[in-house]
Amino acid sequence: MGNHSDGTPTGADAVAKAGHQEVDVFQDPGLPPHRLRLADTDPKAAKRAERQVAWLFVISIIGTLVFFVGYFGVRLDDTIGTLRIQNTLLGLGVAFAMLGIGTGIVHWARALMPDHEVAEERHEIRTEEDRQAAVKIVDDIIDETGIKRRPLIRNTLIGAVALAPLPAIAIFRDLGPLPGDALRHTLWKEGERLARDPDGTPIKAADVTIGSAFHVIPESLNDLHEGKIAAKAKAVVLLMRLNPEDLNPSEGREDWGYNGIVAYSKICTHVGCPVALYEQQTHHLLCPCHQSTFDLTQECKVIFGPAVRPLPQLPITVDADGYLVAQSDFHEPVGPSFWERG
Amino acid sequence: MSTTTETPFQAKTSTGRITDFVDQRVGGSGILREFGRKVFPDHWSFMFGEVALYSFVILLLSGTFLTFFFDPSMAETHYAGPYVPLKGVEMSVAYDSTLRISFEVRGGLFMRQVHHWSALLFVASVSVHMLRVFFTGAFRKPRELNWVVGGVLLILSLAAGFTGYSLPDDLLSGNGLRIIDGVVKAVPIVGTYISFFLFGGEFPGTAIIGRLYMMHIMLVPALILLMVAIHLFMVVVHKHTQYPGPGRNDRNVVGYPLGPVYAAKAGGFFFIVFGVIAFISAFFQINPVWNYGPYDPSPVSAGTQPDWYIGFVDGALRLMPGWLFNIPMEWNIPLPWGTNTLSFNVLGPALIPAGIIFMLLFTYPWIERWVTRDDREHHVLDRPRNAPTRTAIGVAGFIFYCVMWAAASSDLIATHFEVSLNDVTYWLRALFFIGPILGFIVTKRVALALQRKDREIALHGRETGRIVRLPHGEFQEIHAQLDDYKRYKLVGYESPVPEEGIPNENGIVTRKEKLRGKLSGFFFEDRVAPATPAELEAGHHHEAVEAGDDDKAITH
Amino acid sequence: MKALSQKRRHPLAALALLVLGLMLTGGLYAVVTTVNEAKADTTTYTAQQVEEGEKLFVANCATCHGLGASGTDAGPSLAGVGAAAVDFQVGTGRMPMQMQGPQAKQKPKQFTTEQTHEMAAYVATLGDGPALPEEQYLDGGGDAAVGGELFRVNCAMCHNAAAAGGALTRGKFAPPLAGVSESHIYSAMVTGPQNMPVFNDANISPDGKRDIITFLKTIENQGAPGGAKLGSLGPVSEGLFLWTAVLGVIIGFTIWLTSRTS
Repeated sequence: MGNHSDGTPTGADAVAKAGHQEVDVFQDPGLPPHRLRLADTDPKAAKRAERQVAWLFVISIIGTLVFFVGYFGVRLDDTIGTLRIQNTLLGLGVAFAMLGIGTGIVHWARALMPDHEVAEERHEIRTEEDRQAAVKIVDDIIDETGIKRRPLIRNTLIGAVALAPLPAIAIFRDLGPLPGDALRHTLWKEGERLARDPDGTPIKAADVTIGSAFHVIPESLNDLHEGKIAAKAKAVVLLMRLNPEDLNPSEGREDWGYNGIVAYSKICTHVGCPVALYEQQTHHLLCPCHQSTFDLTQECKVIFGPAVRPLPQLPITVDADGYLVAQSDFHEPVGPSFWERG
Repeated sequence: MSTTTETPFQAKTSTGRITDFVDQRVGGSGILREFGRKVFPDHWSFMFGEVALYSFVILLLSGTFLTFFFDPSMAETHYAGPYVPLKGVEMSVAYDSTLRISFEVRGGLFMRQVHHWSALLFVASVSVHMLRVFFTGAFRKPRELNWVVGGVLLILSLAAGFTGYSLPDDLLSGNGLRIIDGVVKAVPIVGTYISFFLFGGEFPGTAIIGRLYMMHIMLVPALILLMVAIHLFMVVVHKHTQYPGPGRNDRNVVGYPLGPVYAAKAGGFFFIVFGVIAFISAFFQINPVWNYGPYDPSPVSAGTQPDWYIGFVDGALRLMPGWLFNIPMEWNIPLPWGTNTLSFNVLGPALIPAGIIFMLLFTYPWIERWVTRDDREHHVLDRPRNAPTRTAIGVAGFIFYCVMWAAASSDLIATHFEVSLNDVTYWLRALFFIGPILGFIVTKRVALALQRKDREIALHGRETGRIVRLPHGEFQEIHAQLDDYKRYKLVGYESPVPEEGIPNENGIVTRKEKLRGKLSGFFFEDRVAPATPAELEAGHHHEAVEAGDDDKAITH
Repeated sequence: MKALSQKRRHPLAALALLVLGLMLTGGLYAVVTTVNEAKADTTTYTAQQVEEGEKLFVANCATCHGLGASGTDAGPSLAGVGAAAVDFQVGTGRMPMQMQGPQAKQKPKQFTTEQTHEMAAYVATLGDGPALPEEQYLDGGGDAAVGGELFRVNCAMCHNAAAAGGALTRGKFAPPLAGVSESHIYSAMVTGPQNMPVFNDANISPDGKRDIITFLKTIENQGAPGGAKLGSLGPVSEGLFLWTAVLGVIIGFTIWLTSRTS
């Protein structure tokens, strides 16, 4: 407690660090004189405060009653209106019940309970002897174990303790399956029809007029019984039609569309939100989560925002009946990057 | 007061007899003597810790109610409840039971709103409490460890909030989970595995809600309770800090005794916090999950944001450009066994800003202690202006956080102020770097200016606004001198001077010491010394209006 | 009716519905590959309407859209946009545009319904396009739950799940849908104004559009059960409200609590 034990209160308070003592400081004048409240001197004021506190408690009682009126008095009839009335009454009731008690007690404390400020000495957290004794005890304990003198014990102990938690980690192995190549495949395969989300009806090429945007799932998705949502999470596609001359397909991808109809994965390559905002005049796709913007006329290259990779394109064509079908699965994993993606 | 069991003591009052009965059996007299009249200082800014504690209690109460009705299953079902726009819609049991709580359980909607509003208030009050502790220097010796416990509590409160946010399995929180999945997958080497283990397979799987539920109702609250207990225990050991003022110093604590005044105020305040939360739950809707619809991986809603406390991470993700000067921020790294992908565009913003904030938060007490070589115990707080550099550092950090926070609502800023979404992002990217620096400079100047103003008032009194004309024609404003008590509040602080690096026993100033010396200069080279009695004395001999001697005060 | 609703919950009901839907749509597609042309304007306008419309067009629109609506640099050709586009753009006050900008904003409309219809009649003569919506799809009598699903899949990403609106790139935005008339919602879907994609009848059937309109009107009129909606903007407005109003009130109480009475 070095600096505390020397000097006056002012010293401890106002002195700068050792060596820079500003000797000329104001003395602490001590606690200001106590100022009496109105209620301390005027019995009338005290009586008034007493009545106010009582009224606040009465408001609390009324609040509790309001709660019961809301709970038993309002019959929910499956409309939003009655629910809202009930919620308001319950909330208002509880609010008044609580605020009444709270403000009542606080007002009581402020106006009527003694308000003399008291100064209490702080105890030292521990005395100098205690400090020394504590350190000595710890040193003695360490010494008596002999851990410092017996490195063999120490090192094997460190090894054992370092290894012992590993089972606690390994035991969580069965939380889920290994990734395998699950992230590289989707439901799309050759001949899989493009279907409307959510009803699963297939889409004809002629349905897709210029400026249209279709939200697409694989036709076979709705037949799945297990893992439907996980399969959907990878397979959703956005189908759009532009003037064919607005598209600038790179080599090898010229026939991935059909008459200006193109299909792109809807899963953002940033962190996986559905990139579903299609601006039909600018041909931009915007992700509503982090604002990555993809340019459809440049094969969904990123033109703004945190994504790096373009959205994967689903190669499509038309089957004999005029329905849009996939030529194959995506040629790369959809969605956010992962370490093994390569 | 019941005290001893050795002399035949007879309590006179009925409450006294009950007290004595309990005391003779469990021996609480020692505790009562210690705490019954324990003194607590009174200031409004000391109440945020209590707001946090009380909102946590309300969270436990309302949360327990909700568990009786909530079913964390991701099995599929079709909605058959009263809410028309969802009738027959396919959804998970978790979402269905949330709708049931909202529309069919009487008071269920109210309890959901109480729970969610108090969750927002809980994290907010923890944050405000920590800001108060930082800006007043309450983290200094002997309270460094309690500051760390507070930091852990902040992280736990974020964890509690996040695990709860996802439980209703609605479209909004489902897309939030998907973002988490994307971030987890970006972790090198183990990311994909963690994602598969977390979700029990591919996202979203059928396990995640149940797992989050267990964390949300058991693990995280238990840890929070443990940390709260440690936190409060240490508050008792240290006793509360107090603001500087006449009669207050590092060896006493001035305030009201616990019983009855402080206990009444603090106890009453619980009911007030509860009442305020109940009031807003009655009149303001929160998290209307029926609007968002059940989770489905295909749709998404415009304005998809996390709750406010995760906002800064989301904002950082938004601010990060994927391509920087035509260089991609995601790299395919050729390694002997194949090519691996490192997504810095995801990992960087998700980890680095939060890492910086929490690293600085946890280490700051030791950084400041090392720089100032101040090993004394501090129980009297600093007014923020009297520690200009610390205050400026705090404001810089706060602005850093707020820029990311604002970025999380960039789309709403764009629509509501009718500006371009892209421009908002560009501006915020610039502010991310410039904002904290500007904030530091401005805050430091403002703090120094306030200190000078304090000096001025301490020496020359307050301007009264009364103008008098002196016999020789000069106009002067009358200044009212302060009384000793008010003046002491303005002058009773310390203003350390910078300190060169100190040579070690070999007479060499080590590199570490040189750095310390530089940092000491950074902290203290701009300083305003407190007014002294000599100056006051000198001032009395002058005209009272004399001003402009501030320069004398700045020793550097 | 009750029996039907019980059968609707039967586990096989979804399957039956699906088969029925597939058969219906399949049959429909077999007949109408030209479904988009088929819905072209069949309403008849009088010659006088067309004539009046042309006059209004020349006076108010031709500056940008060109004489004969063939388009200029300032505005696109209107051949084939159809009467529905005119009804939406002029009827919501977006046209005539006040000034060039990221997108035309809604403002008080400048023409009476009659004048709008006259211009629509004129534009309809320029080429086949979507006609004004038929009343039967605007009655709000569809299935709100089906409409809600369609809305979330096709519309919510831009317009927000509660139809509160949202941002697009570079100053463009998807407006909130509260207060938009049924007919304008329908017209917007079939014409795809500005950057909004077109949702033709093959994408969302007229009945589906009716369901969407029903959903929108339901959520607009039913009110919020939990109290004030705070703009239906989700966690941002909730957080903002908490940090300003709620913390403000709490701070007010703490100041009162720790102050001394006089």
